[in-house]
This record gives sequence, C-alpha cells and structure tokens, in this order.
Amino acid sequence: MTQEEIRTRVHQFIRKNFLFDEKATLTDDQSLLGSGVVDSTGILELISFLEDTCKIKFEDSELVADNFDTVNRISSFVAHKLA
Amino acid sequence: MCGIAGIVNVADRHEPPSRELLTSMISAIRYRGPDEYGLYRDRRAGLVHARLSLIDLTAGQQPLANEDKSLWIIYNGEIFNYVELRSELLALGHRFRTHSDTEVIVHAYEAWGVRCFARLNGQWALALWDSKAGRLILSRDRIGVRPLYVREERGRVWFASEVKAIFADPSVPRALDPRGLDQTFTYWASLPPVSLFTGIEELAPGSVREYESDGTKHDTLFWRPSYPVAPPDEYPLSLDEATEALAEKLETATRLRVLRADVPVGSYLSGGLDSSVTAWMGRKAKEGVFRTYSIRFEDAEYDETAYQRAMAATIDSDHQELVVRRSDIARVFPDVVRHTERPVLRTAPAPLFLLSRLVRDSGIKAVLTGEGADEMLAGYDIFREAAIRLFWSRQPHSTARPKLFDRLYPYLARSPQQAKGMALQFWKRGLERAGEPGFSHDPRWWTTSQLKRFFSPGLREAIERRPPGGPLDDLPEEFSRWDPLAQAQYVEVVTLLSGYLISSQGDRMLMAHSVEGRFPFLDADVMEFCNGLPARYKLAGLNEKFILKRVARGIVPESIINRPKQPYRAPDAVSFVEPGAPGYVAELLSEESLRDAGMFDVPAARGLYAKCLARAKDPAGEGVFSNADNMGLVGLLSAQLVHHQLVRARGLVDDARIEYKTLIDRAPIQQLSGTA
Repeated sequence: MTQEEIRTRVHQFIRKNFLFDEKATLTDDQSLLGSGVVDSTGILELISFLEDTCKIKFEDSELVADNFDTVNRISSFVAHKLA
Repeated sequence: MCGIAGIVNVADRHEPPSRELLTSMISAIRYRGPDEYGLYRDRRAGLVHARLSLIDLTAGQQPLANEDKSLWIIYNGEIFNYVELRSELLALGHRFRTHSDTEVIVHAYEAWGVRCFARLNGQWALALWDSKAGRLILSRDRIGVRPLYVREERGRVWFASEVKAIFADPSVPRALDPRGLDQTFTYWASLPPVSLFTGIEELAPGSVREYESDGTKHDTLFWRPSYPVAPPDEYPLSLDEATEALAEKLETATRLRVLRADVPVGSYLSGGLDSSVTAWMGRKAKEGVFRTYSIRFEDAEYDETAYQRAMAATIDSDHQELVVRRSDIARVFPDVVRHTERPVLRTAPAPLFLLSRLVRDSGIKAVLTGEGADEMLAGYDIFREAAIRLFWSRQPHSTARPKLFDRLYPYLARSPQQAKGMALQFWKRGLERAGEPGFSHDPRWWTTSQLKRFFSPGLREAIERRPPGGPLDDLPEEFSRWDPLAQAQYVEVVTLLSGYLISSQGDRMLMAHSVEGRFPFLDADVMEFCNGLPARYKLAGLNEKFILKRVARGIVPESIINRPKQPYRAPDAVSFVEPGAPGYVAELLSEESLRDAGMFDVPAARGLYAKCLARAKDPAGEGVFSNADNMGLVGLLSAQLVHHQLVRARGLVDDARIEYKTLIDRAPIQQLSGTA
C-alpha cells in the first residue's frame, strides 16, 4: 500500500466514523485530537483500523500522539512501517 | 414534596383562569403529589397543588392562607428550620392554625417580606399570591433542588413545577429553544433563565421574582455560592477543629431531615463515601428500623455491591437492592426523559428512576442521599485535573509535572503509551488559559461541544443569530479573588449540580415515583461552612474530600474511605444498540423522525447510529464505545425523545379525575368558565 493509498483510506475512515459526513473538511495537517475530531478513546478505534487494514502491529513505544495526530503523520508513519 | 401550578393575570385585563385548565395543569404532574389536591381561584389568580404529605399529615393542606385569607401560598418542598422560625414568628405576634412548615412561610413573608427567603433553610419552589395587593411572588431554594418554570405573555403568567403542566394549556406554543440545546450540548444542562423550551423560563436557584399589579416584575438573587477571599492561612479552625465542626453540622442537618417528617425517612447507599456518611448519620438520628436502598449493575464495570453491603451491615439497616440490566435502561429511557424534560448525555438517571419505584413500593416517601458532597468538599476528578493542569501550566514544557495524572488515573500508569500520550495531549489543551475563569471546566465543555457537530444547519444558524450566554457571563464580583479550587467549585455548582445532578438525576427521578429526596450536604449551614473552608482542607494535594474522610473515620468501614473514587455511571450507548433493543430507538433515529424534529444533521446522526449498531455486533468492539459516541448517541436519542414527547405529543394530560380536598373558588360566578 502506498502512502497515498493509506492517506485516502484514513481520510475515508475518519469521515465515516468520526465526522459522519463524507464531505466534511479535513486537512492533512489538522490535529485530530486538538480539533476535537477524535477523542482519546476514539483514537483506539483508529489504531485498530490501521492494524486491521494494513496488517501491521504497533509496538507500545510507537503509540504516541506524535505518530497519530494528523492524517499526514499517520500515513507517513504507517508507510514507513510497511516499507 | 409536591407539585404546584398556576396562572395569574398580573395585569388585570384577562378572564380568570378556568378551573378546568388549572385541573389539567395539576393533573399533568400528579405523580409529584398523589395524596391530596387543592385549588384556589379568584378574579385574577388560579393556584393548584398536588400534595405528597410528609409533615402535619392531617392539617397541612394547600393552598393555605394567612389569618385574613388575603395571602395564599402553594409550595413544593420542606423548610427544615420551620420549628425555630415558628417560635420567632409567634413571639412577633403571629397566630398559627397548623403545625406545617407551609404556614411558617406565609407568616415569614408577612413579617419580613421577600427578605424572608434568605432565612429559610430548606428546599423549595413556591408561589405566594397577595390578593389584596395583586402581587405574585415566586421563589426557589439556593441550589434549585425544587424546580420552577415560568411563562409570561401579555400580562398573564403561567408557572409550574414542570414544563408539561404549562403545556397542558393548549394555547401555549411548544418549541425547543436553540439556546437551551446549545447550552445542554456544552454544559450538560440549560442555564436559567434559559430552558429547553422557547418562551419558558426556568426561575434561577436562590432567587425571588415579584410581579406587581401593574405587570412590572423584579428579580432578586438572595443567594449564590460564595467563598473566602482572605488569605487561607487566616482560617481560624485547625484541621481537627474543622473536622469536628463539620461532623456536628452534618449530623444536625441529617437529623433535621430525618426527624422533620411525620413519615419514616430512608437512605440511598451508593457504596461511596458520601452516602455512607449520610446513611450512618440518618441511622443514628432515630430509633427503629432504618431502610437503605442500592443500585447494583449486571455489568461488573459499574457495580459497587460489596461496598454497599459493607455499609448496610455496619448500620444494620433493612437493605434492599435493585439489579439493573442494560435492557432495563433502554426500556425505561422514554419515561426517564418524559420526567427530565431535557436531553441527557448519560443514562445515569435511568437506574435512579427504577430505584425510586422500589422505594415507593416499599412504603417509603422520603430518602436521604449524599448528593452535594462532591461539589461542597471537592470530590470530583475535575477538581483534581484542574489542580494538575494549573501546576503544569507554570512549566508547560515539563514532562515530570503531567506525570501527576498517573496518580489521578492509576490505570494510566499501567496503560500502554497510547492512552497516555493521547490523554496528555487532551489535558494540555488550553493550558495557556490558566488563571482565567472556566479554566477548570474547559476540557469538559470543549469535549461536550464537539457533539454540536451533529446539529442541523438550521439549528446552527438559530444559535448564531442569538447565541446563549454561559455561566461565566455573570460571575460574582469577587470571583477572581477566590482560590482556584473555589472558582471551580462555583462553576460546578451552578452548572452540573443545579442543572443536571439535582434535577435530571435527582428531583425528577425521585418525584416520578412520588419520593422526596433530602440532601444533608445541601443544607444551608453545611454549605456555608464547607464554602468557608480553606481549599487545602477539601483537596489536600490530590487527596479529594480530605476533611470528609476524617469525619468518616470510625463510622464508615476503612475499605470505603480508602477506595478510589468511582464515578457513578451506567451502561450508556450500548443499551440502545444491542440486539433486542426496543423499537423506539430505530424509530426516533430514523430519517423521518430526525427530519421532523429538525435539530440534527440527518446523515451525521444516522452515521453515528449505524456506527454504534455495528460496534455492538462486532465481537471485538462489543460494549466498547468512545466517550464521544456514548454521549452522542444518548444525547441525540434523549433530545429526540424530548421533542417527540413534549413538543409533538398531543394529549399530554392525564385525564383521570382530580378530587380536590381543598377548594376555594372566589371567581365571580358570571365568569365561571368550566368546572372540575
């Protein structure tokens, strides 16, 4: 899966599951926690989704806000992990 | 404890209110006082009362008047210092016909005017009609334990304990107020004078309203929470002395609440510190059988049975338990919301609705609860969170300071980095606003406000056109000079305690089954004392309710004193999306119903519902919902229920016959329109 594909899937997932609106504004650099799109329990849903979709497992040490706070960071981190 | 309703023509140019209409109004809230009914009517005013008899069972009927029958009262509540006030009034020459607290208010008003309310120690919502002067007085207790709603139109005033009694008048338009919705989805409750309904005002706690015969009105606040501005080291009592004084005041408050009733009073036992202390003191106040009641949960996550039983055994009470399942919550939720008359973001009121039924069925009409202790003595996590955030804000780059959150939430220390990092990110928000009013509540309000994502464009526009105020708009002058803990306590009292806990989770759930709640921690003297305490006696470091734990030593089992605080919660969203959930859920969250109510964005609301349904079916995600989804589903569903049951519904009136035990009708005969 390319970084672009990951980015698209993450966008879709967040729109469907957190914004409940296919057309909602969501930029690649928007802080998901900081803008209230995802709450601290909701982030676990996002992580499970990534693990299932990309067939990867995150180590505890990787699960820090820095890796998951924006669509950009998520896609580059996951792409890096898949590489 | 009772229900009241009335219509008064404050400007004298209307027909007298009809008996039929007054009867419909009281009938709509008859569960608040099923023992007796009373009606008073004259050329301008109609007052109706439904009574739950607790004091002076034979003579305390209402409406009740002064000696010359010019001043009439209907009243819901209890004045716990009425015996003392009565002696004072007797010495001033007032004559009494009954031994009820009701009559004391009438004479207190005659003696001291509207200043009398500051002298009452109790919980009340009342109307006084001075037929000679043509003056209507409405008042509510300090915290707003007893509800009171008002509507005015062209010189006519409607008022009642619950909105549905005002809606019993078919001429009253019914619509949801966008401002009330906006506040609910920020602060968890609408804030007086705003209510959930357009044109209906909630009378502010601790206030008096006077309508004069020319139709003018005047509002006075006679009480608001207030805290010391003096440096904390000047407090005169040592910790030991203060502990002793608090114990004494609480015992007095509890004793008054047990003994000032001509029926037995029981107690709730949650398994926590507050209700344990209350029950122990209630038990001590009177010889004989003492009954206690507890909620147990089938879901182990919420259950506190072991602690409840330990306390019941300690005081040797006649203990009854009610086991609540998810399906019970879903089943009674429409009834719950019919009584709260406002959206709720948690299902926590539902088990309390069921518990009050158990109390009533066991023959008890009044119960003590520990409500108020967390607000008066700093029990909630929100106070501890605020303390840590404040400490952190002084060194925002510190990594050591936020480690204190591990002490607040021990599960964090055990959690993988994920939860921790995310949680810290959350608490870090707004750190730079330390010292500003509302800093303590910022995370909660911000989280809750995210739910407005579900509001429809129409609702958003209405809110933008006329934005509601908030609790920070009208702060007491000395607010900024209070300790940060006191500031947080103030905000908590005027928002969550008055607007949600004591109403949606308190009065409304109790009165649904004709049970009166009595709250020693909300006693006027206890509140003054607690508010006067230095912050360090309440929150010692991060040790919450520090002084109350000292009061509890030796009377409450150590296991209860030392247990980590467990917030009272019930299963939320999962209750409504399990297989076998009742049909109304799908119906009210259908495209058609959502569109009809117009509050929510249809695709967004449908999306949330679909997500929750899918999650309930997913074996991995079963029962695990994010906080946002839990609050979202419960909030949307309850708002839909409010709309369906109170705005759309026709025939709100229970037409069962009302027989008046007290009936005084002075309306001119030619104007007599309709009969009971």
